[in-house]
Amino acid sequence: MTEPLQQADHLLKAQRLECERDGRTLFRDLSFSIVPGTLTRVEGPNGSGKTTLLRILAGLNDNWSGHIHWCGRPRHKQWDSVRRNTLYLGHRPGIKGVLTPMENLQALVAGRQAVSRDVLSRALVQVGLGPWQNVPCEHLSAGQKRRVALARLLFADEPLWLLDEAFTALDVEAVAAVERLLADRVRDGGAVVMTTHHQPALDDMQRILLGHGPGQPAAEVSDEPVAEVSHG
Amino acid sequence: MGSRQPLAVPLLDPVNSSPGVWHAMVAVLRRDLRLSVRQKQDLLNPLLFFVMVVALFPLGVSPESSFLGEAGAGILWVGALLATMLSLDHLFRFDFEDGTLEQIALQPQPLFLLVLSKILAHWLVTGLPLVILTPLLGLMLYLDGNSVAVLCLTLLIGTPVLSLIGSVGAALTVGLRAGGVLLSLLVIPLYIPVLIFGTGTVMAAGSGADVSGHLALMAAMLVLALVLAPLAAAAALKISLSAS
Repeated sequence: MTEPLQQADHLLKAQRLECERDGRTLFRDLSFSIVPGTLTRVEGPNGSGKTTLLRILAGLNDNWSGHIHWCGRPRHKQWDSVRRNTLYLGHRPGIKGVLTPMENLQALVAGRQAVSRDVLSRALVQVGLGPWQNVPCEHLSAGQKRRVALARLLFADEPLWLLDEAFTALDVEAVAAVERLLADRVRDGGAVVMTTHHQPALDDMQRILLGHGPGQPAAEVSDEPVAEVSHG
Repeated sequence: MGSRQPLAVPLLDPVNSSPGVWHAMVAVLRRDLRLSVRQKQDLLNPLLFFVMVVALFPLGVSPESSFLGEAGAGILWVGALLATMLSLDHLFRFDFEDGTLEQIALQPQPLFLLVLSKILAHWLVTGLPLVILTPLLGLMLYLDGNSVAVLCLTLLIGTPVLSLIGSVGAALTVGLRAGGVLLSLLVIPLYIPVLIFGTGTVMAAGSGADVSGHLALMAAMLVLALVLAPLAAAAALKISLSAS
């Protein structure tokens, strides 16, 4: 079922990433490593390319140059492993309005994990949607829909999580709960890369800073103690 | 939360630790069928459109049985073609807008197989009902029994080809705001061979000729589309997702 991390200690290593969008350079010379047991926050103002960077890491965006390695080998040679071992939650998380939270979760995880209905049900109860399990999602609030998507994190087994604006529309308590969940996950050896506009109450974050000043596209990686980083 | 490894979350083997391709395909099919059943207008609109387009010809051109008997097969084929095209824009658009398509593209299974599942679901909710409705409309257009039977057979082989070819156009235009018209312009030229062979078969049957050759050619088109269209649609979807 599983294989230990071999050769390389990083899950994902990006070298000299450069991305241009609509004739504007979003970032250039961006290098960083994602190692197990770290939390990385991608920071930057609106339009600085945070979502684009996450989509590049997930393998959804091809408009970039540079090198991305996965577990020590070029990523494009092992897409199967990358897809199975990466969980990407975009700010549009694939929740259908006419389906119930349970049906949505079942459809979303069907191709990734064999998860029993009990586990899904428990996850929905845990995110506070117990009474809404069989209500079509279009009748739920934005925050509740977000909770449906985030319920996946309670049983997800992927070593790398990419979370784009995961905290949007959540109330204070839910934000705190997700932060606790992420901290636990990192302590257990998972890797999390996320974008968020609020300052998460988490220690030991690696930071990737995008977009410094108008007309001066730049990117840097701050050297927090937890992660191996190199300056672009 | 389940048990976890103390130090690092183990890497998962993409083959052994994920459900099989078949399971994933069935899940995609089931979701799409469930969505269609819940949103009945998606199911009914192409059918009503088909009925209305076909009803326009007796009203607009001529209600004579001689004209309708001659042109009926062509009218029904064009109606089915337009009805299929009308529903194509929805094939990927909603999934693209709500993020479902991203999640499907990131599944460990080959994308073209999951796309094939979506195309099958599309055909089951648009193409197949058109075929089922055809005998009724065929009688309305004074087609004889043999012609109606052959017409249904050609539509049964032809409408999946329409869905398959159309999926490539739908995948290419899904990221565009005004993709609908462009989609029609892209897809109609590719539909012409199917239309020619579809109506040609019915006409041959009407004049008493053997149609097995015609049907074999149409089946060959279906096989070709079945093999190539999902690959092309999957590649086009990746481009559309990459640009979004």
